[in-house]
Amino acid sequence: MRAHPDSSTYPIEAIRSDFPILRTTMRGKPLVYLDNGATALKPQVVVDAEVDYLTRISANIHRGVYQLSEEATLRFDEARETVKQFVGGSDGEIVFTKSATEASNLVAFSWGRKLLRAGDEIVTTELEHHANLIPWQQTAAATGAVLRFPPLDEAGRVTAEAVESVLTARTRVVAITGMSNVTGFMPDIRRIADAAHNAGAVLVVDGAQMVSHHPVDVTELDCDFLFFSGHKMCGPTGVGALYGRRSLLEDMDPLIYGGDIIVRVSRESATFKGIPDRFESGTPNVGGVIGFGAAVRYLQSIGMAEIAAHEGELLRYAYRRIRELPEITVYGPAATGEAPASAGGIISFNVGDIHSHDVGAVLDGEGIAVRTGFHCAQPLMRFFGVPGTVRASFYLYNTAADVDRLVDALAEVRRIFS
Amino acid sequence: MNFTEDLYREIILDHYRSKKHRGRLDPADYHREGVNPSCGDDIELFVNTDGRTITGISYDGVGCSICTASADMLCEALIGAPVESAVSLLDRFKGMLTRGEEPDFPEEAADLEAMQGVRNFPVRIKCALLAWDTLEQIIGDIRSQAAR
Repeated sequence: MRAHPDSSTYPIEAIRSDFPILRTTMRGKPLVYLDNGATALKPQVVVDAEVDYLTRISANIHRGVYQLSEEATLRFDEARETVKQFVGGSDGEIVFTKSATEASNLVAFSWGRKLLRAGDEIVTTELEHHANLIPWQQTAAATGAVLRFPPLDEAGRVTAEAVESVLTARTRVVAITGMSNVTGFMPDIRRIADAAHNAGAVLVVDGAQMVSHHPVDVTELDCDFLFFSGHKMCGPTGVGALYGRRSLLEDMDPLIYGGDIIVRVSRESATFKGIPDRFESGTPNVGGVIGFGAAVRYLQSIGMAEIAAHEGELLRYAYRRIRELPEITVYGPAATGEAPASAGGIISFNVGDIHSHDVGAVLDGEGIAVRTGFHCAQPLMRFFGVPGTVRASFYLYNTAADVDRLVDALAEVRRIFS
Repeated sequence: MNFTEDLYREIILDHYRSKKHRGRLDPADYHREGVNPSCGDDIELFVNTDGRTITGISYDGVGCSICTASADMLCEALIGAPVESAVSLLDRFKGMLTRGEEPDFPEEAADLEAMQGVRNFPVRIKCALLAWDTLEQIIGDIRSQAAR
């Protein structure tokens, strides 16, 4: 392991053996999976947890008085407790959704549309994934609130000072990513939280990348809302979560109406349960939530700090190797130097003027999975002045050998297209 | 032929590199823009016609090699051709990529056969089709103009 010669205690081989898919091939070559920003691979324990629910339990939650339904409810509630311990917060403050995107919409609709007024200001950034931008655009359009964007520096970073510079007495919400899904840049959320609160605003953090790759504690961050997704942290697809400060959640109405959220229903009206139940109408993804809980316990067994350190080593190694190649443009905070401390395990780049999809197709032929295109972040692509980038994103099971395979394949890209 | 060479055949790369028909016709009798929202590719097609023959055709825009090479090959095949042959070529090209039909192009458009390999890459079919979908709109424009 050239990437981290000093961290021989990191159990990389044991971790890799937990992921059956890493023993398979793509296009006839051993799989190198570097699209973790899109979704993470699943360890056997997560597969087992979901299969156990489907084969042995199968029943709905909060419904039956029989044993299987009781067990389904118990496992579901355990998963919520696991997620709560993982990011912090108190009872009632973790809401399960179908995705991080749904969680973002829940905040923008149930909090934003109810409480924002014409002329109120929403601060968000050009770094955002569309999931943390479009819901606020829609809320602004519906309420008459105004979007404000802090300036990015030349490397696509947003500093706490830049956020402060656009805060006014009318700022009601600051919605910002904890880690860019394009460049890995991590804004100083703690300082931005102080600035937002001093301005009387609520802080919403998109944790889809940050929570999967770094230790996160909502009390330390002092954020008011934090949303993230299960499948980006080794869990099944179809499950996301929202942390919300109790006092804010209690002011919010359901976004989706139906069963399982009501106290009493008459012909004309209904009253609703407390938090978090009132936000989880309809049968949830029970097996997915149970699998999510298993994924969190799996990550905890390795340690988020250890995972973040491993990814940091890989990132530094990847920067060194990729910058050895001619005609590579790297985007983001490390564009002009070494990999920064405040970045997650993501490197975004282009090879000459070759379209990112062409680069991705050649990498595919070499068994290497990366993300190409605009990464659901068109404003940031516009900022960088490119239609798209190639993004390699690392996770706990990646190795220096994966980076070497990537670098070798990029030489093949240049051979074909030059 | 290895995996990547099946997609990036030499004829395709030649059109991608030469960009022979890239540019904007000004004025243009017909002009349409095609966008692939899933990848951001954006191709504009320009056509001049005397009513029967395509007297000028070019493209401009941003796209991957498959997308821009396909646009270049489209222009190469249709410059100086009767408008009606555009209709037939469009049908054959779409047939090859979306209905699994064997390529059946006239000699002057034989290069288009090289795009057959794209069939094996389902996510890239839309790249190859973008300029052709745009051409389909222009054919519609030409016909509604003629019907007036």
